[in-house]
Amino acid sequence: MTKNQAKFAVPLVAVLLGFITGAIIIALTGKSPLAMVLAMFRTLTGFDLTGRTDFNPRYIGEFILQSMPIILTGLSVAFAFRTGLFNIGAEGQLMVGSLAAAMTALMVSAPPFILVVLSLLAAMAAGALWGAVPGFLKARFNVHEVVVTIMLNYTALHFCNWAFMTYGTLDSVRTADFPAGVTLKSVFLAGITNGSRLNWGMIPVALSLLVFWFIIEKTTFGYGLRAVGFNKDAARYAGMKVERNIVLSMVIAGAFAGLGGAVIALGTFNYGRILPAFEFYGMDGIAVALVGGNAAIGVLVSGLLFGMLKAAQPLMQSQGIPREIAGIIQSSIVLFVAMRLGIESLLSLAKRKQEAGK
Amino acid sequence: MALIIEMLKIVKGFPGIKANDDVTLEVEEGSIHALLGENGAGKSTLMSILFGLYQPDSGLIRIRGKDVRITDPNEANKLGIGMVHQHFKLVHNFTVTENIVLGLEPVKGVVLDMKVAEERVRALTAKYGLEVDPRSKIEDIGVGMQQRVEILKMLYRDAEILIFDEPTAVLTPQEIHELIGIMKRLVAEGKTIILITHKLKEIKAVADVCTVLRRGRLIGSVKVADTSEARMAEMMVGRQVNFSVEKEPAVPGEVLLEIDGLKVRNAKGLLGIKDLSLRLRRGEILGLCGIDGNGQTDLVYALTGLAKIEAGQVLFKGRDITRASIKHRVDMGLGHIPEDRHKHGLVLDFRMDENLVVHSYGTAPFSRWGVLDYNAIRRNAEKLIEEFDVRSGEGPATPTRSLSGGNQQKAIVAREIDRSPEVFVIAQPTRGLDVGAIEYIHKRIVEERDKGKAILLVSLELDEILDLSDRIAVIYEGEIVGEVIASETNENELGLMMAGSTRKAVRA
Repeated sequence: MTKNQAKFAVPLVAVLLGFITGAIIIALTGKSPLAMVLAMFRTLTGFDLTGRTDFNPRYIGEFILQSMPIILTGLSVAFAFRTGLFNIGAEGQLMVGSLAAAMTALMVSAPPFILVVLSLLAAMAAGALWGAVPGFLKARFNVHEVVVTIMLNYTALHFCNWAFMTYGTLDSVRTADFPAGVTLKSVFLAGITNGSRLNWGMIPVALSLLVFWFIIEKTTFGYGLRAVGFNKDAARYAGMKVERNIVLSMVIAGAFAGLGGAVIALGTFNYGRILPAFEFYGMDGIAVALVGGNAAIGVLVSGLLFGMLKAAQPLMQSQGIPREIAGIIQSSIVLFVAMRLGIESLLSLAKRKQEAGK
Repeated sequence: MALIIEMLKIVKGFPGIKANDDVTLEVEEGSIHALLGENGAGKSTLMSILFGLYQPDSGLIRIRGKDVRITDPNEANKLGIGMVHQHFKLVHNFTVTENIVLGLEPVKGVVLDMKVAEERVRALTAKYGLEVDPRSKIEDIGVGMQQRVEILKMLYRDAEILIFDEPTAVLTPQEIHELIGIMKRLVAEGKTIILITHKLKEIKAVADVCTVLRRGRLIGSVKVADTSEARMAEMMVGRQVNFSVEKEPAVPGEVLLEIDGLKVRNAKGLLGIKDLSLRLRRGEILGLCGIDGNGQTDLVYALTGLAKIEAGQVLFKGRDITRASIKHRVDMGLGHIPEDRHKHGLVLDFRMDENLVVHSYGTAPFSRWGVLDYNAIRRNAEKLIEEFDVRSGEGPATPTRSLSGGNQQKAIVAREIDRSPEVFVIAQPTRGLDVGAIEYIHKRIVEERDKGKAILLVSLELDEILDLSDRIAVIYEGEIVGEVIASETNENELGLMMAGSTRKAVRA
């Protein structure tokens, strides 16, 4: 088995094993794993294989909607990782992105379309700033980014809530609605998906995937980031500015996550929210990046997969399957990906057996 | 004497290559048997088969006359086979004893009984003359000592057959000398040693028999006492090897690099270089020799920008580069073949073509407007691979990590020479390479000199310094204690200066 084949085969096998684990647990609770498969198929395609209800595209819309923010946090984690940094702070970067987008939408007056763009940019800037802090501390004082990003998640949670409550909330949970037209919501997209919450947030997500791929794979800047990620000493020897690359990598990672916050605020809700606790977009992003192998295409696929798992929860619950099963599947997939070496040796063993049988 | 190991007609293939093709190795009990071959000749594969890491595709292994199947290293251990790997496998924050007993810890009830272990270790060190303090932590002892711990690990497990995988690659001349003594002692106590190496001198010094492999095939086994070094080198490479470097007398030009009153702190924060001054001229090779750890690394780091200069100044063609960034120095025409190819020289997880442009990826033709041109990068790699004979499985796309050490080094040399720097700092250019590769790299270094480059050669190998240099500077405790003309000196004189006992100055 070549390295390249293994790169694709391992996540695939891990996903398969994750689903099998989920199925076994469902079977243990006395329910039918088939119901899980049906629910997931329906979430993915809108078709009900039992034939009891008609095709419903709303499911497709909802699953893509769930995928959008975690693709962005996945890109955030993956981008930092390519420079050898572990960004646990996508959660906080996303929250300050949400705050910046909401504040811009509520306080700035401009034509709706311009205001949407401004809000997205503000969210990216806020996320970038939130990412720059651990990046700077790492580059300048060698403070470990994991510690700083985790702490900044809590800071972001409380800071955002304080900011919302100080500058105009309607009640203890939300701000006023954004001005008319200042939204990513789309009548058209909702229409073709039978009233789902699917929105134009898809476009910044798609652009982000492209930008990620282009920077990392095609530019000299991405080459420098990867060199630093693989071997700091060699990068320094070659004359690269290692510290600058570390800060920039965290800035860009933060911008991806911050954009995720804007997509949620402007697309899903259309108002700013006070959060009682973390929503774990950042944690999901770590899983998405890990399973997606820290590459753009991988993040897209694994982001869609985890989005589907999230979106399938209500359907599974209606079949009497506990919604936690989706979480169990997600965690087992991550676990199996982490067992990469074991899977690789299993795969090569299977291949040898197959060859011996010929 | 009886044969203890018989590996008969061993064949082992990997995708695209036959690593061992009908190789037979017969080792007598109580002897030191050298296994000689170029990088990638199949020595390591053969030993990995003996140690149970690989299974042969065909062939037979007999230990003490009995047919065996060695399925894994545990099986090898049971047969009394132990291996000292080139890269030690030690836990750095454990003590010597803890490392030795790892996996076989003696227990009293449920607690470790380190006393018993320590006594056994002490007994072993005394018996084989392997002086090492059982209570030291690995991180506090030198490389030579760490190697002794690896040897003790095998002896603790009652190994009778000891495989040494290029044991001297990481050692200083003094440590090599000590190791040779240890090996002789081990054999005197009835052990059998297989020595994997490509250093002919060491084979001459210790081995009884030498088996030579070339490109996976057995070339022959010879008695070391009856065979000259030149003959063994020829068997290994397949042609006559030139040991002495052919070069015309140097024609030194103007001074390109001026170092004055340099002070540099080392990794421990102490002054590794104290008040060092040197001149390097166009068209000459200045060899810097000294015992390891006398400031060579600090000097190289300071010149290339990897370490901060505390005091003094460095002039490059008259321009002050004391505080210049690494990038600035690279752009001005300073070349650097680093001592540690894995730490500084290469990004091992990059492909080969990517590694060959680490300095120049930001300029045309490799990129335009910040966008990489992978076609140009690949063509550059193809050109250098061809010119420098870098052997790699998949050409430019080969993962750098999968290249053999010698080919990795060739790739670095190719990259640096191709940049055509005017001042070239070369550290340990041939460490761990076979004679064929050494001959080639030496030839290229002399060619660069003849093109009018100024070369500072830093090496721990005295032979290399004597062969290549035009002028030799000796460094001792961070100071230059002697400068001599290479053709007018010898090992003895240099040795005395390296030990700090005499000083001599010939100003060029």
